[in-house]
This record gives sequence, C-alpha cells and structure tokens, in this order.
Amino acid sequence: MKGNEAIAEAAINAGCLYYFGYPITPQTEISEYMAKRMPKVGGLCLQAESEIAAVNMLLGASASGTRAMTSSSSPGISLKSEGISYLVGSDLPAVVVNVQRGGPGLGGIQPSQADYYQATKAYGHGDMHLIVLAPSTVQEMATLTGEAFDLADIYRTPVIILADGAIGQMMEPVDFSTRKPRELPEKTWATCGHRGARKHNIVNSLLMEPEELERSIRDRFERYRKIEENEVMCEKYMTDDADIVVVAFGIAARIAKTAAQIARSRGVKAGVLRPITLWPFPNKEISALADTAKAFLSVELSMGQMVTDVKLACECRRPVDFFGRTGGVIPAPADVAEKLCAMARELSI
Amino acid sequence: MAVVFERPHALADTLMHYCPGCTHGIVHRLVAEAIDELGVEDKTVGIAPVGCAVFAYNYFNCDMIEAAHGRAPAVATGVKRTHPELVVFTYQGDGDLAAIGTAETVHAATRGENITVVFINNCIYGMTGGQMAPTTLPGQVTATTPYGRTPKIQGNPVRVCEMLSTLDGVAYAARVSVDTPANVRNAKKAILKGFKNQLDCKGFSIIEVLSTCPTNWGLSPKDALSWLRENMIPYYPLGTYKDVDAPKEETK
Repeated sequence: MKGNEAIAEAAINAGCLYYFGYPITPQTEISEYMAKRMPKVGGLCLQAESEIAAVNMLLGASASGTRAMTSSSSPGISLKSEGISYLVGSDLPAVVVNVQRGGPGLGGIQPSQADYYQATKAYGHGDMHLIVLAPSTVQEMATLTGEAFDLADIYRTPVIILADGAIGQMMEPVDFSTRKPRELPEKTWATCGHRGARKHNIVNSLLMEPEELERSIRDRFERYRKIEENEVMCEKYMTDDADIVVVAFGIAARIAKTAAQIARSRGVKAGVLRPITLWPFPNKEISALADTAKAFLSVELSMGQMVTDVKLACECRRPVDFFGRTGGVIPAPADVAEKLCAMARELSI
Repeated sequence: MAVVFERPHALADTLMHYCPGCTHGIVHRLVAEAIDELGVEDKTVGIAPVGCAVFAYNYFNCDMIEAAHGRAPAVATGVKRTHPELVVFTYQGDGDLAAIGTAETVHAATRGENITVVFINNCIYGMTGGQMAPTTLPGQVTATTPYGRTPKIQGNPVRVCEMLSTLDGVAYAARVSVDTPANVRNAKKAILKGFKNQLDCKGFSIIEVLSTCPTNWGLSPKDALSWLRENMIPYYPLGTYKDVDAPKEETK
C-alpha cells in the first residue's frame, strides 16, 4: 500500500468518516482513496473549492464534535494556515496532513522537508503550538494517523502529520491492527444543537479583553506543557556507543540509518536519533546523548531547519553540523556517510 | 395582563453592541423569530461572520460558531454535512460574503448546501470604520473612496442575488429591505422561508437584507432609511430572484 493510502485508511479506521480535500501533488492519493472508500463506510469525501474552504469545512465538522481530516502539500498548507490558527484559537481537535514538496512558491513536486519551520514554529498567526508527527515508514503513516486523532481529541488541538512526497508515494506492507486507541474525553463543548439539555455552546477564537485572551492562551500553554511532558516520541538507532549522532526525521532518517551503517563499516561510530514528534521536540533525549556523543549532524531535505532545534537541545555542549539537499533532491546515504567520516577526521575521533 | 410582544426565545437577553439606528438588531430579531416559529432552537447552529456582526454568537440562544472572515459557508458546510439533522445558518455582511468569502459563498451555493444564509448588505465596511465594500454604490463616498466610488478605478459593485440565482444548487434567493414596517414584514417572510426550505431539504437559501449604517454613512438613523430607499433599492431591486417552489414568471 502507498503511504498516502495508508494515511487515508488509518483515518477511517480511527473513526474519521469525513474528509475535506483539494487535489495537489504529491498527496492526491489521499483524496482519491477517500473518494472511493468513504461512500462504502457511510462517510463523506467532499472536494472543496480550495484548501481554505477545506480546512474551514474541517473546522465546522470538528466544532460540531465530529472526527474529520484534511490533507494537502506545501503550497496548499500555506493556504490552510489561516484555518489552522482558528482551529487552535477555538481549541478544536483536527488532523491536518502535509505531504511536503519543494518550495518556496510553487516550488516542485518532489519530496522535501522544507516546511519544518512552518510546521513547528508558525503554522498560523498567534501564540501557539501544534503537535507535529513525522512518519518515517508507510506503517507509521498509518499508526501515527490513528494516534493523531486521539492526541487531537485529548488535548483539543490540531495535529499535523508532516510527511513528504517520498513516504507518501512509497509502497510498503501495513498492519492496521497494531495501535491501541486511547481513552478519550467527552466533547461537551461541541456545537451540535443544545437539544434543550444545556446552555448553548459557542466555538470562538475572539476574546476582546487582553486579560481574557492572555488567560485563554495561558490555559492552552498549560496543555502544551502536558504534551511536552507526556507525548514526546523518538527512536534511537545505534546511539549507545555513538561518537556522532545523526538527528533526522521522516525519509531523511531512513537515509541516515544506512549512512550510519556505512560510516561504522569505515570505523566511525555513528548512530541516529529520529524525532517522531517534531513538536514537542525530543530535547531531553538529545541533551542526554550530548553527555556521551562528541558531535551531532542534522540531516534534512532542506537547507537546514531542524538543525537549529538540535543546537538548542545540545545547549552548545557539542558541535552540531548540517548536511542536506533541497528542492526535491534526496541526499544519498554515501554522501551522508562521507560527511560523517569527514566530521570524524576533523574532530580526530 | 396578556403579553402581546416579547423577545423571541432564540434571541439572547443581552446588551448588543450595534450603533444607534443600525438595522442588525431588526434582522437578528427576525432570524430569532423564524427559529422560534419553527421550534428549532435546540437543533440550530449559527455561524457568525467577521465584521459588525462578529459578536452575533453572543446574541442567539442556539449553538454558535465564530468563523474566519468569509469562511462561514465552508464552516456551515462542515457542520451540515456531518450533522444533516441540524438547522444551520450563516449571518454575514457584504465584505464577508461578497469580497473575501466570494469563493466560499458561490461554491456552497452551487453545491446546493442545505443551509440558510442571511446576508446583510449595507454598502460599506462598518466594523473597520466605513471603507468601500464590494457592494458600495458607484459614486458613494467611503473612507477608501473619498472621491466617490469610480467603477473605472475601484470596479463595479456585486449584485449577489442576481449572480447566485443563476446557479442550479440555489433553492431560494431573495432581496428584502428593513427600511419600512411593511418591508420588515416581507423580510421576515423571506427569512422564515429560507429556514423552512432547509427543513424541507430544498438546498441553498440566501436572503439578502438591505440594511443601514448610519454611523459610517454619516446620517441620522431616519435619514439613513431614506438613503437606503433612494439609493440602494434602485441599484439592488427588491424581490425574489429564485424560488424553486414558484412558477417561473413569479421570480425576477
């Protein structure tokens, strides 16, 4: 199954029966899969007139208490950023998938990780964070999509699946039965008609009194603190004795693992730390590795964005280098391994 | 003593922020009366716009959502498609509906979304202090057309009901006014019909209400009503532009 299809099927498995989308390469398979499957499971796949409309349909569905999803690729995600900010401001759960391609502008249609800053720092205006999940395999496209719906409901926040064109288009076997659903809170806030049983609900992001707005943001940041405490996910690969730790997510992590093996075959002890949650970022895990490793290398399909977070996590205790290709070019494992060997020579490891 | 006139139940008992003489209050009341008469407050979800009616979510006793500027029809689509049993309405001004939200309006209409849209046209941006709206009349002076709207420079106004009445998904498109008691009664009928259409699953209903903005027009409430009559109605004729129930010759 293709990565994009795995996301779609996993969403349906998670009880998401409403999908609002707009075609854009390289994520269109999600829309097409939803269009085929939704009528068969009693759901709805609606092609909106734009990415803006799609994310606002998602907002309406979510506000009325329903699990729903939208997906796009980089330029389309920029259009959705308004809606994402409103979802945050209205404390609404939602799942938004970004199968990244090259940018800026129309960019290209080949895989990219150049939306890291956008996803982790500024998916919309205002004081806010989003949970950002970065799948590295087709299996994870499925597992993390299911997880995304639960996290969104538990913390009343949009959750971003930050994939890329490579994993979206890649075919691998998937097992949809591996994830245990979490216990979910009741959606007492939903605007689905008061039925004469409660006061009317209002879903709203406008608070005119500065103190009131500050209070609501502080409440939200209290939730963010809990997310940072409880929801960080990462994978460590050969890091126990590693002198150089490669930090890489998504498709880049797969390349990094192969590169680490090549480097080890040349006598350089390399390992890989793969953040699965990009926000919250695995700061503690990287900081702990800074106790044992001598250097870090951030490998990305961009000009270097996550590298700033790796530096912050290291707190200047170890040198942090960068290797990346951008514009849709995928770094070769041999080139990453060469970079690791060069670092080892430079640091006399 | 018998009560002959009271606040509709669906209208919240709260202070509204509207300026003196503004007709939003009248239209709010008409919407609430329609909700009461159909007995659907408990299953109604309203979508508030960005603009002067942004606080509409505080003024109705049904569930309410505050949408981003222009996106109310898309939000309404999300609510209605996931909960077809609900009564869903949007309440939008001319900037929200006919400028920034044109795409959302036109496509919700052409899809035939089974929702009711109440559209306030007062030819000006009220909340931001009186700038040109997509419906500002040729020659009309606003803060951003200080020499009067010149179609060659600022373009022409949009006639929303006429435009939407060409779309197959639209069940009902009517333009009404609230400048006289008789017109208020007609406006009420149209709004009620717009909500009834939804209960009968007829599709997209839009009721455009010609309204006043005394503050930003720089007129007294009374003169504003006269200005509406003399300037807006000739450019935006009242009437039913589409009604799937009516014989063809009865609509414009």
